[in-house]
Amino acid sequence: MNRITRLFAEKQTNILNVYFTAGYPYLNSTGTIIAALDKAGVDLVEVGMPYSDPLADGPTIQESGQVALKNGMQLSLLFDQIAEVRKTVEVPLVLMGYFNQVMQFGERKFLEKCKEVGVDGLILPDLPIYEYEHFYKDWFEDLDLGISFLISPQSGTERIRKIDELTRGFIYMVADAAVTGATGGITEIQLAYFQRIRGMDLKQPRLIGFGITDSAAFQTVSAYASGGIIGSAFIRLLGGLSEAALPEAIDHWVKSIRG
Amino acid sequence: MTTLSFPITVDEQGYYGEFGGAFIPEMLYPNVRELKENYLQIMAQPAFQDTFNKLLKDFVGRPTPLYLAERLSAQYKAQIFLKREDLNHTGAHKINNTIGQILVAKALGKTRIIAETGAGQHGVATATVCALMDMPCVIYMGEVDIARQAPNVARMRMLGAEVRPATSGSKTLKDATNEAIRDWINNPTDTHYIIGSVVGPHPYPDMVARFQSVISEETCWQLQEVTGSPDPDLVIACVGGGSNAAGSYYHYLDKPQVRLIAVEAAGHGVDSGESAATSVLGSKGIIHGSRTLLMQTPDGQIIEPYSISAGLDYPGIGPLHAHLIQTGRAEAVSITDQEAMDAAFHLSRTEGIIPALETAHAFAALDKLTFNPDDVIVINLSGRGDKDLATYIEFLDQF
Ligand SMILES: Cc1ncc(COP(=O)(O)O)c(C=O)c1O
Repeated sequence: MNRITRLFAEKQTNILNVYFTAGYPYLNSTGTIIAALDKAGVDLVEVGMPYSDPLADGPTIQESGQVALKNGMQLSLLFDQIAEVRKTVEVPLVLMGYFNQVMQFGERKFLEKCKEVGVDGLILPDLPIYEYEHFYKDWFEDLDLGISFLISPQSGTERIRKIDELTRGFIYMVADAAVTGATGGITEIQLAYFQRIRGMDLKQPRLIGFGITDSAAFQTVSAYASGGIIGSAFIRLLGGLSEAALPEAIDHWVKSIRG
Repeated sequence: MTTLSFPITVDEQGYYGEFGGAFIPEMLYPNVRELKENYLQIMAQPAFQDTFNKLLKDFVGRPTPLYLAERLSAQYKAQIFLKREDLNHTGAHKINNTIGQILVAKALGKTRIIAETGAGQHGVATATVCALMDMPCVIYMGEVDIARQAPNVARMRMLGAEVRPATSGSKTLKDATNEAIRDWINNPTDTHYIIGSVVGPHPYPDMVARFQSVISEETCWQLQEVTGSPDPDLVIACVGGGSNAAGSYYHYLDKPQVRLIAVEAAGHGVDSGESAATSVLGSKGIIHGSRTLLMQTPDGQIIEPYSISAGLDYPGIGPLHAHLIQTGRAEAVSITDQEAMDAAFHLSRTEGIIPALETAHAFAALDKLTFNPDDVIVINLSGRGDKDLATYIEFLDQF
């Protein structure tokens, strides 16, 4: 069974999904970070494929991507790193990136490679659901790979129902009208949106991300969905750490988020 | 405003052949859908057309002349007509589009405007219509471009716009566009994004092409009056994103006897590693929400382009042009910095017109093309060179 499917079958609350950019802070720290997150008890790891023009990302993730690319990160290396860490780690892995990266690799080849190395799902914010449904859906089903589509506070009911139908794994609920990394507490308006979506009784589980920076925010979003996604705040932690210091710092940080 | 139907149409999903579409994050979907579902209907309203046409006439100064450049014609043994978009208010074709889009934004009830700019012409044209319509305006501009197009930065500020530097990547047009898109994601309800070229997600390429189509619409009747036929043998335009080219080709798209020439910036040379000649160096991919030709690495990372001309310093081209070039309907020519510089000084001294650096590329193409004696050639003189004086002054000694 797909590891994401299994996760949500076994656990419905307080799911912690942590995002980081592959190749950041060091070219070969990808496996170390995944293993440390797994050991610390993170439920899902989202690995960012660094991209030159990440439209949906804020400054923190943009900068981590620039560093990773400068470090020499490439997709072929990332797949090798994942294959290696997969030998010892069972945590579900989701790759996040932009559709052009998949297109240039070759869509079918990319998905097969994901399957081969043990990636469980994809998040491609700029792949429209129309294109997915008409050109790629069958491949995801064949290969039993997950795909998470985003919904935002502006998404209409009909659109959300459609996304619920097409999503495989979990829906990525964007907490706020924002690119990643925006900060500030969770507002009444956001809570009303969380409540509205919770009331829709969707088939797919939901994780809430964008702007979740600390334990309090994680607890709040976990009350309205299966859990939360933390990216920029984790990347800020990684910056400046030596490779040797990563595991302990990550363990400490995950505990602080779990509270 | 044009009443003709679009001779090469986008399909329901926004594709010209295999190029186009709307590859945008879900957060932008409601905005883009709102625009897609309304733009044609808004543009068709008589009140809209009336206001648009009045503003083009009385505020912008249209129709722009179609000028027979006699000395240039004698030199190249052809009849060379210059479509004088440089004489528009604010100095380039860009304002045809910003007038149209600000009226669309108003019709959609938007209260805040954002835009990207490269050379600053689109930024100035946007700041101008925002002043006219009393709307707050934020312009994103790469740091490199802020430095090389200083007069336009000052103009935008004088017009009341806020100019925000884009500091990522190559700090040029591509990066300014990224920042504008991020701003739109963060401000989804009150803001309209006035894209400055025939790029971006559907319906932008089609909408901008329609607003710019006034160029070829006028060219048709102006040529008819002088030569007895609306059709030239060639239309030449520079291509950054491709809006002045789309506008000057528009009514000729379905007339295969009219050759369409797309002039790209080769920078230091197509093979120099410092170039913006997308149709030669590019491959199929996605940039700014559109599937088109772009310069990229095998891993799909977008390559930072280079051109001396800020308005052509872009690693993609609009999907319409990708389609026209791929199908052979348009011919691409690439022009280096030096060739453009030569052409700028030559035009200045032959015809008394100082062109924008972008536009100078179109004139340099005359030396690369073969045509028959007495062919009728229309060159779209997309903008004037005031903004580029600092760069031209550096080259004065050479000429
Ligand atoms: C005078 C002029 N011509 C051409 C361009 C290139 O844009 P496009 O290809 O959209 O016409 C610019 C862009 O800044 C410009 O200012």
